[in-house]
Amino acid sequence: MDLSAINPAVLVASIMIAATPILLAALGELVVEKSGVLNLGVEGMMITGAICGFIVTVETGSPFLGFIAAAAGGAFLSLIFAVLTQYLLSNQVATGLALTLFGLGVASLLGHSYVGINPPSVPKLDLGPVSDIPYIGTMFLRHDAVVYFGIALTIAVWATLKYSRIGLVLRAVGENHDAAHALGYKVIRIRILAIMFGGACAGLGGAYLSLVRVPQWTEGITAGAGWIALAIVVFASWRPGVVLLGAYLFGGVTLLQLNLQAAGLAVPVEYLSMSPYLITILVLVIMSSRKGRASLSAPASLGHPFQASR
Amino acid sequence: MLTQPPLLRIDTVTKAYPGVVANDSVSFEIQPGEVHALLGENGAGKSTLVKMIYGLVRPDSGTMELNGAPFAPVEPRAARASGVAMVFQHFSLFDALNVAENIALGMENPPPQRTLAARITEVSEAYGLPLDPFRTVGDLSAGERQRVEIIRCLLQDPKLLIMDEPTSVLTPQEVEILFKTLNKLSDEGTAILYISHKLEEIRALCDTATVLRLGKVVGTCTPRDETARAMAEMMVGGTLHQPSRDRHPQGDVVLRVNDLSQPAPSAFGTALKNISFDLHQGEILGIGGVAGNGQDELLAAISGEVLSPKGTLSVQGDDIGPLGPTARRGLAILAAPEERLGHAAAPDMSLIENALMTGATRENLTSRGFIKWNDARTFAEKIIKTFDVRTPGPDNAARALSGGNLQKFVVGREVLQRPDVLVVNQPTWGVDASAAADIRQAILDLAAGGAAVIVISQDLDELMEISDNFAALNEGRLSPARPALGLTIDEIGLMLGGGAAQEAAHV
Repeated sequence: MDLSAINPAVLVASIMIAATPILLAALGELVVEKSGVLNLGVEGMMITGAICGFIVTVETGSPFLGFIAAAAGGAFLSLIFAVLTQYLLSNQVATGLALTLFGLGVASLLGHSYVGINPPSVPKLDLGPVSDIPYIGTMFLRHDAVVYFGIALTIAVWATLKYSRIGLVLRAVGENHDAAHALGYKVIRIRILAIMFGGACAGLGGAYLSLVRVPQWTEGITAGAGWIALAIVVFASWRPGVVLLGAYLFGGVTLLQLNLQAAGLAVPVEYLSMSPYLITILVLVIMSSRKGRASLSAPASLGHPFQASR
Repeated sequence: MLTQPPLLRIDTVTKAYPGVVANDSVSFEIQPGEVHALLGENGAGKSTLVKMIYGLVRPDSGTMELNGAPFAPVEPRAARASGVAMVFQHFSLFDALNVAENIALGMENPPPQRTLAARITEVSEAYGLPLDPFRTVGDLSAGERQRVEIIRCLLQDPKLLIMDEPTSVLTPQEVEILFKTLNKLSDEGTAILYISHKLEEIRALCDTATVLRLGKVVGTCTPRDETARAMAEMMVGGTLHQPSRDRHPQGDVVLRVNDLSQPAPSAFGTALKNISFDLHQGEILGIGGVAGNGQDELLAAISGEVLSPKGTLSVQGDDIGPLGPTARRGLAILAAPEERLGHAAAPDMSLIENALMTGATRENLTSRGFIKWNDARTFAEKIIKTFDVRTPGPDNAARALSGGNLQKFVVGREVLQRPDVLVVNQPTWGVDASAAADIRQAILDLAAGGAAVIVISQDLDELMEISDNFAALNEGRLSPARPALGLTIDEIGLMLGGGAAQEAAHV
């Protein structure tokens, strides 16, 4: 086994890239769940975003337009979920699962003629000479804009939920929709906007997979990333900072085990492949259980349909 | 004074729902600074009326005027902007948020948290309602939660404050604080529209009362000049049936509780400490005390929800401590808990299913593991008919019934199963005067038939009216039982206070 093949600086840099799709999707889902809606369709919205972003980038040559299209695609798919669950009061769990299956199907249909094409590369953000600082530059300062967007979004979601009026109303709707309605807040409207925000974030995450992380279109490109995003939200007790941690941890272990496989560690590959899932969930479970408040921080109306009474 | 328009004028307002006219040409006026009571039985249309004033529901016809100007709020926000504030019957609070956040949600343009917190402290002290703005609402008592709602309203300088059954969850001390606050507000010129079933409270607090029956205004009165009985009869539209009873000799001991101690079931519960009493055939034992002193725990211990150590509970000499609720039901020991939705009844299940759930054993509603639906339906219909439960039919969900009607159903369900021992907690909580009288009569009849009944209640008048013996729960300890007849308020106060009463009882 040759561990010297693993370059720590490059590893950290790749962790940031590996974690970004999950981070984006998880942040979107966090906002959705904080509004009291459980959307299990993250995987479907991610892969729809992945193909929409891929197609538009290939056709226009602009990754920026691609990411816009990915967000729009994810948001559009989530709008279907929103209409079904909020207006037609369908079951959120069943609808979310159907959305995943639907998204996977739509994506493979759209992506049929795009298999094997290389998309234009996403430019790195030019930070000038600071990018050339040894180690730190390699690790943190030579990324594309989306990586930094993910971190900025974490801070923005945290601050909005904690300090802003919109965040307070969103939490109130997720906590007790009847009371929020009695106070005159538009529960359905707020939830639909939250669902669409979640869809857009998942779409961005998906596009990051197909445009940067892989970067190619293959069927089933998300490979369960949406499910991990969902799990991270729950185990992070709906706290954006912990979601960031969880996403980076998952990305980190994924890359580490790939590197270890390449370095020829004498452990069966199957164990290494399952390790990111195990370790991420284990760490988050321990973190949330020690607090003892995990169940208390769950939005009380999560998954309950709202119907204005009389 | 004569030229001043009324603060709020309701003119021939009508609102119909499919199958029922909730309000039929309702008209009345409220003057500034007036405390105006809205009286009526469950389902008389009081809630619909205040929802219209608060903009949650729009009237089908009729007009409202506020300060002489037309008033037709399309949403609560508009009503609040016009100076109408409302404290809800079921608190509209968010458990996971803190006091300041909850209050900010009820305001149009809340100031920053820190400024708001300072104002909350200021207003809460000015009105004698101390409250910490940074506590999480989920940790507050019922009285403190109501303070949050009231302060949320007060911060908007309301001209009209609507209160829907504000005292039903409060302790007598909390009621006193609330009344002081309301009187102070009224002196400052805020009008208060007050809905309550407790007629004595209305006599003490309100200047005028409008009485509704089946959606129509049937009269107005000055509560101070009326007796509670006269107002109740106005609401019912006939003479009020006063529970009657014959003093009858008590039989042998049925239930013996011997030195029962139990740890608190949860962090918010109360431990039971050395509880001992005998319950005789035909006896009604009234147990008073402020909520949270072990009432729920005592009911759970007798019903079998919590098992008791050997030798602490016996029925006719047999130890029942290790038996679960179903086995105890088989022995005719039944219970009707306080919390209607979620404890006494499953909210989303039909009345038939709810009847089945406690009646299966005693009414023989199952056969070899299968449910006898026809018998269950018959049993549910019998409860509905005997106890005058107002519902379209037994297929309706328990949640769809108003509080009073569901209460009649859950008490009736146990009474009809011919118990030997029945424990009821707060049997008439939130129930209007005539329904409450029916429920009390049913309990009295049951005891007259030889059953032993324990009535746990916070309504001392109710306990004095129906019980043979009275005991008080205080921090999980039960005072010795004393004959209710001739007990004075002072003596009861001592018993409720704990310690001293026990000394007195030994003399």
